[in-house]
Amino acid sequence: MNDQLPVKVSLTEIQKETPSVKTFYFDQEFTFEPGQFVMVWVPGVDEIPMALSSANSITVQKAGDATGAMFDLSAGAVLGIRGPLGKGFTRGEKMLAIAGGVGASPLLPLARSDCVMTMLLGARTEKELLFVDQLDESTDVMIATDDGSLGQRGFVTDLIRDISLAAYDRIAVCGPEPMMRAVLAMIDGLGFASRTEFSLHRYMKCGIGICGSCCIDPDGLRVCRDGPVFSGELLKKSEFGHYTRGASGTKKNI
Amino acid sequence: MVELKPGAVTVGGVTLDNHLLLAAGVLGTTGASLSRMLARGAGGVVTKSIGPQPKDGHAGPCVAVLGEGILNAMGLPNPSHEFTGEISALGNKPVIVSIYGGNPAEFAEVARWFKGMTAGFELNLSCPHAEGYGAAIGIDPDLVEKCTREVRALGIPTWVKLTPNVTDITAIGKAAERGGATAIVAINTVKAMRISTEFRRPVLGNRYGGLSGNPIFSIAVRCVYELYEACTIPIIGCGGISTADNVIEMMMAGACAVEIGSAVQQDIGIFETIKNDLYAKKGILPEEIIGCAHE
Repeated sequence: MNDQLPVKVSLTEIQKETPSVKTFYFDQEFTFEPGQFVMVWVPGVDEIPMALSSANSITVQKAGDATGAMFDLSAGAVLGIRGPLGKGFTRGEKMLAIAGGVGASPLLPLARSDCVMTMLLGARTEKELLFVDQLDESTDVMIATDDGSLGQRGFVTDLIRDISLAAYDRIAVCGPEPMMRAVLAMIDGLGFASRTEFSLHRYMKCGIGICGSCCIDPDGLRVCRDGPVFSGELLKKSEFGHYTRGASGTKKNI
Repeated sequence: MVELKPGAVTVGGVTLDNHLLLAAGVLGTTGASLSRMLARGAGGVVTKSIGPQPKDGHAGPCVAVLGEGILNAMGLPNPSHEFTGEISALGNKPVIVSIYGGNPAEFAEVARWFKGMTAGFELNLSCPHAEGYGAAIGIDPDLVEKCTREVRALGIPTWVKLTPNVTDITAIGKAAERGGATAIVAINTVKAMRISTEFRRPVLGNRYGGLSGNPIFSIAVRCVYELYEACTIPIIGCGGISTADNVIEMMMAGACAVEIGSAVQQDIGIFETIKNDLYAKKGILPEEIIGCAHE
């Protein structure tokens, strides 16, 4: 067995996607399944989990120390990559994808693999919508913004009312957890929860299933290894949408 | 290979469902994940080390997988007192709370929070990469004795986990014994470091870390063997165990039970896997082999 030290990558291009989101392209491609993530080492700062938005990119929302430091980087800067890690989305033949905000990141490669019939894309406002053009090339995109600046005024859940869920064999969802919880509740009410999968974000230290920092209640499943993609059925009776744990393991309400 | 007769076992005052415990620091941050490991065959579980204040731990990277070994520096992340809420639902299951502190009084303070909720304590006097805690205290026999005595005074079984990063581990083992420890756990990780030649810097955020997994098994066997000669209290072997044969070898060195941690990375069902190989109805009693390599 070989040592799995972080792979050094150089940034080839940094694309500003929205006021708070950038895509970082690197000089190496990784073989991955949409929904899988990598541990991204910003040398001297920290290491954080991030979904791959393509074989050679991550799409990042500025949130903490590591992402803040990344936003100051220019092309030519180096990062360390461990992975891809975890389990991605189960592919269907006629999929529905539902994204909120930066949640469109892991769903873009899924849409590009020609299995997504319809994409529901939501954000607070037009400027915060991620990957509208790229998704348009691959799938039928329906848009909702909280302020109505583009598409339907309201939430992605409002768009679900306008489509027939029975037409899709799998439903892949990624976005802020309150949005995902609302999506699960609505789809469950319509009787299709068993077709859904959600990509979870939790604080992680190891990324390889040993430290336990990302375990979710009540089954103790590891988001980094058993997930980050979980079935909606499994999540119905879980901490999902209710609370999470921070670096120390203390609980925080969502 | 030797096979053992299955059944409950009492080690250092704690009754376990079998000889295999989940080691501290591995999948021990939440009650749910500890429950999962008990349901998946662990005879007992040791929690993440809990300290007097909540701690976020070190900046990443916190881990590097090195062949069959794992180098880590988590930095004792823990929710402190809030952890009582994590394990309260585990009832009378064989849960051992790992605790740490910066001095004997802090050890006793943390231990008191868990009175009535735990089958026993394991004192972390051995984490190799936390300033002022763990091995910083665990290399000093006087402090080890005092910390042990303070916690043991609560009347709850008290295990002391030792660091291998000392010249003579038996001096520390004897100090734990003098302090009233009901068992010794050996060993914690071996202090180690790797440098990324590409990045020209250490691969861990904390620079130094602890090595676990298969590469340290021989060190752990040696430490258990030495402690068995020097001490009379039970020894729990820990360090690089990943097979039933490793368990038997640890027992022959002198261990009454074992803890398993890093092997979970390859196989979350490692406890079931080892149990299937280790136990048989017609197996022998563990007493027949514990310490047999000393004869």
